[in-house]
Amino acid sequence: MSAAAHSVVEPSTTSKRVAATLVIVYAVVSMIPLFWIFATSFKTPPDSIAYPPKVVFTPSIEGYCNLFTTRTRQTAEYINSLPPATSFCDETTRKRNMVIAGPSNFLPRFLNSIVIAFGSTFLAVFLGTLAAYGFSRFKVPLADDLLFFILSTRFMPPIAVAIPIYLMYREIGLSDTALGMILLYTAVNVSLAVWLLKGFIDEIPREYEEAAMIDGYTRLQAFWRVVLPQATTGIAATAIFCLIFAWNEYAFAALLTSGTAQTAPPFIPTIIGEGGQDWPAVAAGTTIFLVPILVFTILLRKQLLRGITFGAVRK
Amino acid sequence: MADISLRSVTKRFGETEAVSELNLHIANGEFVVLLGPTGAGKTTTLRLIAGLERPEQGSIVIAGRDVTKLEPAVRDVAFVFQQYSLYPHLTVYENLAFPLRSPTRKRSEAEIKARVAEIARLVRIDHKLENKSTRLSGGEMQRVAIGRALVRRPAIYLMDEPLSSLDAKLRADLRLELKRIQTELGSTLLYVTHDQIEAMTMADRIGILAEGQLVQIGTPREIYTQPANLHVAARLGQPAINLLPAGLLPDAAPAGTKTVGARTEHLTIEKVANGHADGTVDWIEHLGDQNHLHLTVGDRKLVTLTDPDTAFQKGDRVTVRFRAPLYFDGAGNRIGG
Repeated sequence: MSAAAHSVVEPSTTSKRVAATLVIVYAVVSMIPLFWIFATSFKTPPDSIAYPPKVVFTPSIEGYCNLFTTRTRQTAEYINSLPPATSFCDETTRKRNMVIAGPSNFLPRFLNSIVIAFGSTFLAVFLGTLAAYGFSRFKVPLADDLLFFILSTRFMPPIAVAIPIYLMYREIGLSDTALGMILLYTAVNVSLAVWLLKGFIDEIPREYEEAAMIDGYTRLQAFWRVVLPQATTGIAATAIFCLIFAWNEYAFAALLTSGTAQTAPPFIPTIIGEGGQDWPAVAAGTTIFLVPILVFTILLRKQLLRGITFGAVRK
Repeated sequence: MADISLRSVTKRFGETEAVSELNLHIANGEFVVLLGPTGAGKTTTLRLIAGLERPEQGSIVIAGRDVTKLEPAVRDVAFVFQQYSLYPHLTVYENLAFPLRSPTRKRSEAEIKARVAEIARLVRIDHKLENKSTRLSGGEMQRVAIGRALVRRPAIYLMDEPLSSLDAKLRADLRLELKRIQTELGSTLLYVTHDQIEAMTMADRIGILAEGQLVQIGTPREIYTQPANLHVAARLGQPAINLLPAGLLPDAAPAGTKTVGARTEHLTIEKVANGHADGTVDWIEHLGDQNHLHLTVGDRKLVTLTDPDTAFQKGDRVTVRFRAPLYFDGAGNRIGG
């Protein structure tokens, strides 16, 4: 294949500049809320509600202190009778006439989010890959109907099935458990995973597995050695979509978890009630909440961008 | 190496019979080419032998063992696909080593290394062993694909139009190379193509397939000079055989002749200055080493080869005579065969 056959007329400098400008403007507009959250997380509570809003301010980690702790209001006499403050958080809390009572629930809620989101993503992608391979390669009876049924689970808003699921979960003891949430998110995500991955696996020519099977491998070995390495791009993309859903999901989490298995999304808004409108603590929670998905996306960026493989099969 | 038998093998895809009642025996060390147009059942035949498809009926025997119901992995065949189908995530070396690393025929790494080096030299790819398989030219990819089949010593090599996606020059080179390798190794090889030149040059025997049936099988010479019917005759020869209705030209055709088949060697053409002429020269195509001579005889067009320095010119009136042509009856079968 010669390069000439694929060459496209080089866009003019002007149109390149226009395109670049548009992309930059769009990126900036999209980033403003993120920047705002990030900035707010480093403001003091008075700065966070100052009007007009403060763009330049003295950064403080008070928001993070408040995020990770619970505090109780005390009299000035009591606070003065305490031994000297041992940490920055201690000191700031005392300045607001409060003392740290103990750790907040943020860390366990955040860990719940990690376990549930990554657990369900792994399960959904694992099951999705196997199912997609089956649909792609074998004559499955009623394949089209089955695929439609799988997709149909996404037709209605999740909240429509929330009550039945709530009742079911209460009955079988899955309410407010990490396992229950993992199963639920897996069930929701597996339909997306099957459909996305089927598309990717359809693109991988059968000849690869057939060649491997003739070369002495079983189908499962061929799948593992030949199909999976070529499906990594699709698997990575699917995993990101599943993770984003499971990570951000609010409605089910709010309804089905209240204590031990509560995830971060329903927890973060509750921070605001503890001791006035604590925007910096909410912003700090949101900032930390954004980190895992950011890291995951950056790690898989290469796989996502690689997109088209210059395959050795020509049609 | 071993011999292969297909015994009345039938394969259906839905309503259509891709292969019907196919009987074929390939002797040990024989190079058999299946020739036929797209959809004749050539690829299906290979896939049946490899075990990628299961026949509805009939049996397949490799080296005396009935493999009809066995998995591809244990049949001991090697397959070269029409498309290159190199594993794109592996290097050339890893591609060549892949069959030797399979669980069913696991070898030591030292053995694999020696074998891959030997085969890489044979298919002349040893200078690119560390390249990603995607960073090869078309010819190199195909040589690796052939090499990957050759690293093993299977009962039979199955090749599905392995040269069809290459340019003409490369195809000619690899054709020779493949024949050389097959002779050197004494391999049993079943090769599928729609290219008559590949069939004629490489085959010990050619099998002509049409609509899932083996119409004729024989040496290239037999197939060319004694085609069983019109279909076989039309598959071989360049330019294609001229098929003319009996009686168009004066000739002593045997009884029952409906069609006369005439290739270049079956025609005598002479210029006439005046008097009776059978036809006229329409056109002369210059190919360099030879010319295609296009004639009109009656309401029929004829194409034949002629010398590069031919004296014929467009518009020449000519007499045309048959010289021991092929005769076919009303059913299309050759008479006297």
